[in-house]
Amino acid sequence: MSSLANLPMRDALIGAIYERMRRDPTIMFLSADMGAPALDSLRAELPGQFINVGIAEQNMISVAAGLAMEGLTVFTYAIASFYFRALEQIRINLALPAQIRPMNVNLMALGAGLSYDVSGPTHHCLEDISIMRSLPNLAVLSPADSDTALAIADFAPSLAKPKYIRLDGKVHRSVRQGVVGSTDFHKGYAVLRRGDRVALVATGMMTHVAIEVADRSPGRFGVIDVIRLDRGIDQSGLFEDMTRGYRAVISLEEAYIDCGGLDALVSSLRGRFDSGIPHRRFGLPQIFDFSPGDRAALLARHRLTASEVAAVAAPWLG
Amino acid sequence: MLSNELQAKANWVRNRTLEMHRLAPGIRIASSLSPVEILTALYYGNLLHQNPADARDPARDRFVASKGHGTLCLYPILADLGFFPADELDRVGKQNSILGVIPEPITPGVETTNGSLGHGLGVACGMAIALRRAGNPAKVFVLCGDGEMNVGAIWEAVMFAAKHRLDNLHVIVDDNGRSMLGYQKDILGLDPLAPKFETFGFAVAEVDGHDVNALVATLRRLKLLADGRPKAIIARTIKGHTVPELETDPLAHIRVLSHQSIDAALRSRP
Repeated sequence: MSSLANLPMRDALIGAIYERMRRDPTIMFLSADMGAPALDSLRAELPGQFINVGIAEQNMISVAAGLAMEGLTVFTYAIASFYFRALEQIRINLALPAQIRPMNVNLMALGAGLSYDVSGPTHHCLEDISIMRSLPNLAVLSPADSDTALAIADFAPSLAKPKYIRLDGKVHRSVRQGVVGSTDFHKGYAVLRRGDRVALVATGMMTHVAIEVADRSPGRFGVIDVIRLDRGIDQSGLFEDMTRGYRAVISLEEAYIDCGGLDALVSSLRGRFDSGIPHRRFGLPQIFDFSPGDRAALLARHRLTASEVAAVAAPWLG
Repeated sequence: MLSNELQAKANWVRNRTLEMHRLAPGIRIASSLSPVEILTALYYGNLLHQNPADARDPARDRFVASKGHGTLCLYPILADLGFFPADELDRVGKQNSILGVIPEPITPGVETTNGSLGHGLGVACGMAIALRRAGNPAKVFVLCGDGEMNVGAIWEAVMFAAKHRLDNLHVIVDDNGRSMLGYQKDILGLDPLAPKFETFGFAVAEVDGHDVNALVATLRRLKLLADGRPKAIIARTIKGHTVPELETDPLAHIRVLSHQSIDAALRSRP
């Protein structure tokens, strides 16, 4: 395990990208005036491969598209919610040409979900899963820990498609020690716990809540960490793993529910495979939350805690 | 090509574009007539070097048709040069054609997606950086409309191009003074455009956008300039050029010409 895995997701991934960029001059890194400790050495030592485009996310995406059309691999870096400003550029200059040609542009989106807790609703990013999932030809990656974020540095250059990468702003403990193949982005998910009652299908930081629930009642809950949310994953495998041997499935995401996110992915699999297994959803209601408070307070206000999940699961545990 | 041959070629491009409009009334004819001489100068004036046998030849100069739907006069040129068979021009917008009413990158010779305004210059900046990094001497040309200058992302790209000293990048503004709903002077008042680009660090030239030989001379002079500044060519044009009912209509953008009007226009400049 690399020491990078003990860093925040952004620094783990940037550190791994930096190592690749030193060997591969065809990789470029663009930042919309966003920094990170790991970016300092990259900026200083690879100035020819780094561009600060300024507070200009739209142009960052268009420039990245032009670079990719000339065969370069590009990583872009900005605050997650500020990518919405460039949504049309992502749609027209990345997703659309990706249908007919390789376009290897990797959108590193810092501050998934409520990561920027006290910064308020401009910085909360609760729409990105559903918005980005709706774009054709765009992969949506959602690591729960820095091991997984780190693995994106190897995966990203190998898949010449645009990718949206949700990065949590806080440091989380590793959830995948000993789980073989747990960062397989072609499969798109990893089974972290097995149980015989309720499957918890989670993504991003909610995977940690799911593990907390499962570890309070060993053997009862399965935990599936969805690390990729677009249609490119092993959908039948995910359906099998979230239903076989379970009485119910609960989806958990730090994002709005009922608008196309992880809950919709789970629902669509139930429909596609004609399953009547009960499905409960944990996520945020569609409001902008102005009330101050840190992430734990925000999550508690919206009932996104292990206790609330356990209570909803209780009827199927007996 | 001699100067009188260039003008004759421009007339041919214009007339072929009008003929396309007869079969494809959905194309934006008014804004596709203003850049006829600009594109004739680029493609026939020994300025833009491309390879019809290999539309993605790495050595090619890149052309980005950023004012997409207003560049349909590009199709006759690409067909004439051999990018695709000329009979395809009769099928613009028809089922299974490779020619849409807006140029898309499924058409050989079309680099980018151009259906939404304000994107081409930023993408061209990325291309220009990549070419320079690769030591590739190819140049990048972008055709924008003056209405497109309303888009904020254009000015993000303008600042970027100047800061990164992209002197392999050429922006040509088809300054026909009108967008969809009237005159630019009544909408955001872009004039004077040239000093704006100058202040942002571009080498700028203004030229009569319907004088094909002046266009060739101006574009050649700027193409040879290599002092770190990106280049802007403000080409003063007339929307619907040579068709009186388009030239005088503030709402010409969405006008569809009758067959009689097309016949009259074809007779005016055989």
